[in-house]
Amino acid sequence: MNGFGEKFYQDFIQDDRWKFIVNGLKITLIVTVFALLIGVTIGILVGIIRCAHDQQSGKELTGFKKVVLNILNGLCHVYLTVIRGTPALVQLLIMYFIIMVSAKSKVLVAVLTFGINSGAYVAEVFRGGIMSVDKGQMEAGRSLGLSYVQTMTKIVLPQAFKASLPALVNELITLLKETSICGYIGLNELTRGGDIIRGTTFDAFLPLIGVALIYLAIVLLISYLFSFVERGLRKSDQH
Amino acid sequence: MISIKDLKKNFGDNEILKGISYEIDKGEKIAVIGPSGSGKSTFLRCINLLETPTSGQIFFNGEEITSPETDVNRVRSHMGMVFQHFNLFNNLTIMDNITLAPVTLKLKTPEEAKETALTLLKRVNLSDKADAYPSQLSGGQKQRIAIVRSLAMNPEVMLFDEPTSALDPEMVGEVLEVIRELAESGMTLVIVTHEMGFAREVASRVLFVDEGIIKEENEPQAFFNDPKDERLREFLSKVL
Repeated sequence: MNGFGEKFYQDFIQDDRWKFIVNGLKITLIVTVFALLIGVTIGILVGIIRCAHDQQSGKELTGFKKVVLNILNGLCHVYLTVIRGTPALVQLLIMYFIIMVSAKSKVLVAVLTFGINSGAYVAEVFRGGIMSVDKGQMEAGRSLGLSYVQTMTKIVLPQAFKASLPALVNELITLLKETSICGYIGLNELTRGGDIIRGTTFDAFLPLIGVALIYLAIVLLISYLFSFVERGLRKSDQH
Repeated sequence: MISIKDLKKNFGDNEILKGISYEIDKGEKIAVIGPSGSGKSTFLRCINLLETPTSGQIFFNGEEITSPETDVNRVRSHMGMVFQHFNLFNNLTIMDNITLAPVTLKLKTPEEAKETALTLLKRVNLSDKADAYPSQLSGGQKQRIAIVRSLAMNPEVMLFDEPTSALDPEMVGEVLEVIRELAESGMTLVIVTHEMGFAREVASRVLFVDEGIIKEENEPQAFFNDPKDERLREFLSKVL
């Protein structure tokens, strides 16, 4: 037990090494939250464009609008293919060493990379959610004289969002854990914080297990919080 | 009021409507019957442009609504539609289901819309369901709400697409009763139905649609008692 106490002191207390963990956690959370915001925004837009294209082709739309929608749908297709077809780590390295080579902030590089990456997955989750809403809902809205956009925002999207929520939470959890690769561009997030301590004290066990436990705790907290949100959204399902 | 000229509709290579022409006057109650797959639902859905006709014209109060310049949303706001599967908005309460369209389209203030909704709910004996969600209602209740939702827009014509086909037999009566009252109030109706007794009783004209065309059209007594078309005779002998 004495050995444990000594190691704990060395790993976390001595020279304020706990700061590597706390500051790392801060970076991890910042990257996750902002990437999530970007990801959900991109995801909703791309998901809607893809669905609008699939549902509206051959219907109603004519001329210019149809061309624009086709072009947007093509761009979305390329985006989804490229992002989902390459590893996030490679995307991060390309962003850091090629695209944003003059960027001063590594956090910004990470936020953009993970936002763009996550957007592709959220888009597909959202598309699935929209597809899962019975098409009678759209028809009923349209038959009352509501426009496509009005019916989408007031009727279809709220239901699609509810249907997608479990998969969105899953994506959030994946995103949180995936930010651990930021160490590759020298960003001192949580994982790298633990690794720096390991490199200094030559003790692998406590820093790495500690880091793992922190990830686990955040994931549990996210699951717990969203179980309340889901319960709230389920109020229209009571029988 | 509604004038349909040589209406055709294809789904891919499948020709569903092969040229339908018909005139519907204000206050008429048109029942459309026919075997499944005959195109009768497609015919109804073309009238409010939920299906875009492949060719032909439809006029509503003299305006050609099949023309590309027509604002379909405005046209649809004057035509109510009731679906086989009700299609109530699952994420909204009954009250919000009814008030959403009039309020969103700025035809009524939220207060006015609510007042209208309560009056209409009273008419179908469902005042106590205003705050319920659709999932808490029976099929018959849902369909009555769906009718109320359409009526809240003050439509000039109501289109019914097999309104009782998805209901348990014991609930058919309560829905037909609401439609009957609506008919008596002078509303123009087009109803696709398998309820022959109801068609005979309520309709002013009955259409037999088969193989994408109107095979026979008459007032109900003659239509049911003295059918001319061979296919219609065969059809009636099976369903009556």
